Amino acid sequence: MIAETLSRVGRVGLFLVRVLRQAPAALARPRAVVHQVYNAGARSLVIIMLSGLFVGMVLGLQGFDLLQRFGSEDALGIAAALGLLKELGPVVTALLFAGRAGTSLTSEIGLMRATDQLTAMEIMAVDPLRKVVAPRFLGGVIAMPLLVAVFNVVGLFGAQLIGVQVMGVDPGAFWSQMQGAVELDDVNEGIVKSLCFGVACSLVAVYEGYHAAPTAEGVGLATTRTVVISSVLTLLIDYILTAAFLGR
Amino acid sequence: MSDAVVRVRDLHYGFGSRAIFAGVDLEAHRGRVTAVMGPSGTGKTTLLRLITGQVAPASGSVEVFGQEVTRLDTAGIYALRKRMGMLFQNGALLTDLSVFENVAFPVREHARLPEPVLRQLVLTKLHAVGLRGAADLMPPELSGGMARRVALARAIVMDPELLIYDEPFVGLDPVSMGVVVRLIRALNDALGITSIVVSHDVRELASIAHHSYLLSGGKVVAHGTPAELDASPLPVVRQFMSGEADGPVPFHYPAPDYHADLLGGRPRT
Repeated sequence: MIAETLSRVGRVGLFLVRVLRQAPAALARPRAVVHQVYNAGARSLVIIMLSGLFVGMVLGLQGFDLLQRFGSEDALGIAAALGLLKELGPVVTALLFAGRAGTSLTSEIGLMRATDQLTAMEIMAVDPLRKVVAPRFLGGVIAMPLLVAVFNVVGLFGAQLIGVQVMGVDPGAFWSQMQGAVELDDVNEGIVKSLCFGVACSLVAVYEGYHAAPTAEGVGLATTRTVVISSVLTLLIDYILTAAFLGR
Repeated sequence: MSDAVVRVRDLHYGFGSRAIFAGVDLEAHRGRVTAVMGPSGTGKTTLLRLITGQVAPASGSVEVFGQEVTRLDTAGIYALRKRMGMLFQNGALLTDLSVFENVAFPVREHARLPEPVLRQLVLTKLHAVGLRGAADLMPPELSGGMARRVALARAIVMDPELLIYDEPFVGLDPVSMGVVVRLIRALNDALGITSIVVSHDVRELASIAHHSYLLSGGKVVAHGTPAELDASPLPVVRQFMSGEADGPVPFHYPAPDYHADLLGGRPRT
């Protein structure tokens, strides 16, 4: 079991090296990468914005309930901003990305494998890693931080909507305390996390699709694995990065 | 026999413990249509995968254009593949590209042609397969026969020296089949390319092939012109050419005794 897991991690690592080797060639024709940023990013916007709004609203409600017990409801802006920037924004976006864009990447590449499209490319002396996998991987990696930024902005709006507009927290205190307490390092932590999640989720999605068994069942299983592995990996990486940032 | 474009010698290949090929010898000569026939499951498609370097044999030699495929690295195999075209059983068209873009795909990848020249080239190839009018359609809008012809146009767009067809007649209506049969021979003669056609459609192959190989049991059991194979007294050739259900190639997949199996209650997995 452990040996099998290690061997799988090794295979994924080698696959990442092969994809990264093709990245410059894929970037040389940026239209395909931009198209994939649109596919993975723009097409995920609705689910990201809706989720961001509701997560922010819940944060506003729970934060207000907790802080008012200590008479510090004015600090709601700080709690919401730090919660979203450092944790909820990157993590929830990555989980949603795995479910929306990751599954789409896996099933698309898996079906291309099942219908011989990847083999046809190989026979035409076109490397599918350069033509199909690298643009999708890069598109996912670029889209993730952008989606996290959108999630955070909408989340803050949601927290403010409930905290300030509904529960009556002073708007000046909400924004000024947030401005005073949030450091650049907090923003950087979120950016680093979103980049790491982008690499992990995109890599898992393209790896599973590329290695899917060329059958309907195989593509289905690969898609399921993408969601499961990406989600667990996101939470694992989140813990490691959080510990690393706190331990500085 | 120096004009052999493909030369396979003493080829051995298997999946796990199951041997697919146990000493196959075969040659495809320049400018000729070579047919590879055999019952389903004899590894005809696997043979094509070995010739195109998609899989490596357990032992033996596969020479294409005088180069030993088994010794080539990835770059070498890709360079070799630029000189060949392949028609897949299902066409394998890229479903997110139009018919025009599918045919233009290899040219865009390997050559930097001005757009008007590329357009002329692609339309010429589509015209050759009778589908110039379908240039703007998407693959899901095509019938099976049309998809096969678009794939053929894509396979010849780089002017390959070797064209490989994997079961080109499967699932086609008689009209489409007639069109594809004529196209294979016409392209071969007009462009002077070497063709390898893998199929089990004996009659269609007989009308276009210069030389045929019959595979069975992991070996070449007979080869010659279609007329020679037709006249062969070998039981296995007779069975295949006349389409008899049972003979040297058994109708039944190897199984335990029928009655024992029915009554013994052997659990199925």
